[in-house]
Amino acid sequence: MLVELGHFALILAFLVAIVQAVVPMLGAARHRHDWMGVGGPAAILQAVLVGFSFAVLMQAFVVSDFSLRLVVANSHTAKPMLYKITGVWGNHEGSMLLWVLILALFGASAAVFGGNLPASLRARVLSVQGAIGVAFLAFILFTSNPFARMARPPLNGEDLNPLLQDPGLAFHPPFLYLGYVGLSMAFSFAVAALIEGRIDAAWGRWVRPWTLAAWLFLTIGIALGSWWAYYELGWGGFWFWDPVENASFMPWLIATALLHCAIVVEKREALKSWTILLAILAFGFSLIGTFIVRSGVLTSVHAFSNDPERGVFILVILAVFTGGALTLFAARASSMQAKGVFGVVSRESALVVNNILLAVATFVVFIGTLWPLIAELTFGRKLSVGAPFFDAAFTPFFVALAVILPVGALLPWKRARIGRALASLRWVIVLACAVGALVWAMQNGRSALGPVGAMLAVWLIGGAAVDGWQKAGRGEFSSKIRRMIRLPRADWGRIVAHGGLGITMFGIAAITAWQSEDIRVVGVGETFQVAGYDLSLNDVTKGEGPNYLTTIGDISVFRNGREVARLYPEKRNYPVARMPTTEAAISNGFLSDIYVVIGDAQDNGGWAVRTYIKPFANWIWAGAIIMAFGGGLSLSDRRYRVGAGARRRSLRGVAAE
Amino acid sequence: MKRILAILLFLATPVWAVQPDEILADPALEARARDLSKGLRCPVCQSESIDESNADIARDLRLLLRERLASGDSDAEAVDFMVARYGEYILLKPSTGGANFILWIAGPVLLLGALGVGFVYLRGREKGVPPDALSEAEEKRLAELLDE
Repeated sequence: MLVELGHFALILAFLVAIVQAVVPMLGAARHRHDWMGVGGPAAILQAVLVGFSFAVLMQAFVVSDFSLRLVVANSHTAKPMLYKITGVWGNHEGSMLLWVLILALFGASAAVFGGNLPASLRARVLSVQGAIGVAFLAFILFTSNPFARMARPPLNGEDLNPLLQDPGLAFHPPFLYLGYVGLSMAFSFAVAALIEGRIDAAWGRWVRPWTLAAWLFLTIGIALGSWWAYYELGWGGFWFWDPVENASFMPWLIATALLHCAIVVEKREALKSWTILLAILAFGFSLIGTFIVRSGVLTSVHAFSNDPERGVFILVILAVFTGGALTLFAARASSMQAKGVFGVVSRESALVVNNILLAVATFVVFIGTLWPLIAELTFGRKLSVGAPFFDAAFTPFFVALAVILPVGALLPWKRARIGRALASLRWVIVLACAVGALVWAMQNGRSALGPVGAMLAVWLIGGAAVDGWQKAGRGEFSSKIRRMIRLPRADWGRIVAHGGLGITMFGIAAITAWQSEDIRVVGVGETFQVAGYDLSLNDVTKGEGPNYLTTIGDISVFRNGREVARLYPEKRNYPVARMPTTEAAISNGFLSDIYVVIGDAQDNGGWAVRTYIKPFANWIWAGAIIMAFGGGLSLSDRRYRVGAGARRRSLRGVAAE
Repeated sequence: MKRILAILLFLATPVWAVQPDEILADPALEARARDLSKGLRCPVCQSESIDESNADIARDLRLLLRERLASGDSDAEAVDFMVARYGEYILLKPSTGGANFILWIAGPVLLLGALGVGFVYLRGREKGVPPDALSEAEEKRLAELLDE
């Protein structure tokens, strides 16, 4: 009964979304305030209905209601409670419902927090948001009903894919969806502004927090996914350039570009049409990502389903929204008059270069991802585009970005001199070169990646520090520190996020350049050496978990005769899902991780053991989390707070930066 | 979901990439083999190299590659042999020949184009909007100055 109520609520939400899409838009066109006012309540009602529906599905998973097909296919009574809950979105139908729930929540929060928006803009934003909701609710209701019942309920379920029974992956999809779907807000604002035919500094200020929030979630989501891959897939890779990873990375890159150029709109009223275009593209890439994951066009480890009907449906949604918005853009973009005037050397220009690099980098990822498809359809060549291509074609853009970043961040608006920025960075330049040379000397000329990575990291982090130090103005040391602490959160956000980027880049360079690997057969009681560590296999035992059987190795790690870690790598077998997984044992460290995997028993009685020493591995994700934290700081800046009103702000004028 | 399951079931045993018994005795040769196998795709996997993959066929390819190297093939010869056998699908880094040239050149060309457009735009911004017409007072003052 409850399940049918959930289904019914979803259908109601669909109808409400139609009203939300149509009525406020007509109202805005006809200046009818009562019609425009429908948007807010409709958005909230839609969120409540989808939320109820989602709660019902979750309840079905929690109580293991095996009359639901979805629960049967993805759950089992022996599964731990956490994974019963996360199993709700560990499958196509449930994850789509989560997608729509987040979409509706964003719409509702725009309704709640959008009080200071002009009535017509607010109505149009909510209407576009409603239209996206209509499309995806229709997709769920007509192609992927999560509430389908079984005619004959079985006694137990088929269990969730064991790879998904993991805390890292449990929370990876919700964060990604928060990011993907958060970009729908930027899209809605862009389309609403195009329909209004007006975009100004205030628009930039309204759209930026939503983009910032989406970017922040996307950053965390991608970092979680990468971290999960690192510890779960058994050999410590953190990024594979898999089509689905690319699908999440492209919106991130575009959102990063959007984040930066929205500042130019907000502060300088320039780059307006470009910002609008990026906002459309950012959500467009989110939709492309959804399409790639759900259509099976590009085969990928992550692919949820390869149902052509679903693929076509999403393609239609993609075509209608992106195509429609781009057409509208073509018709209206010329009416976006830029006001700000600035010199070729200025912060505006630096942000333009940032945007060019990010946009072209996105394009490289895009063409690399789709090239196998293009080549097969047009030239009849069946080929692959994998990590070596992306490493070669993508990395230069990020190196270039890192090189210009600290300089750009120091340039003043309007007109600047590069010489001055370089002068304030001179100690950072010296330090970066010194560190680079030191690393080069210490590693005896292996790959250049390590030294370059270290140099860029020092350059970025030092640059961020100088940025903050300069913002604090002149004066005595103590008063400078005091002023620096009191800098606006947006400044702190920028400093922290840029420093975080440096940390991530260093982690990536270090692990790629310096990791060591050892594969061998080890007998119980035997000791072996890897990169200065002595490892001994004390024992191998068999055990049993709640829903799996396991083989556990017991390994002591010594450094200079002192035990530094005791590791228990596992090899699990999930009998219900009939799947083996490897659970690597990792001793996390600030400077390096010791990563041990146990393999099969060998004929001669030993065990296959694989050991990695991964230097600075955690810096990759720590940097990403610091970036996200910087985004959070920026988001909490006074000028974005609800009711910190445009009015007070405009009296003071735009504070000089 | 079924798909993942199918793939992973297929990959099920053994649970490992490079196995201890595959490793060549000569470390230099082994290093070359590892390097090359990172650029070769496991034909039944999803964007995984044979170096990372657990599939049986990936193991076969690793052994085949090592056989070729041990029998004295150069790196290029060994890779060519694999491509002749399994098609260019096996190369994770696509060749630059033929239409693939578009793939490789697309990024740099777009970058140059974008920088060009960006520069023209920035120059335009610098000249800026024409100043507003002079106010009445300014006109008057200008006339005075000119009269002098």
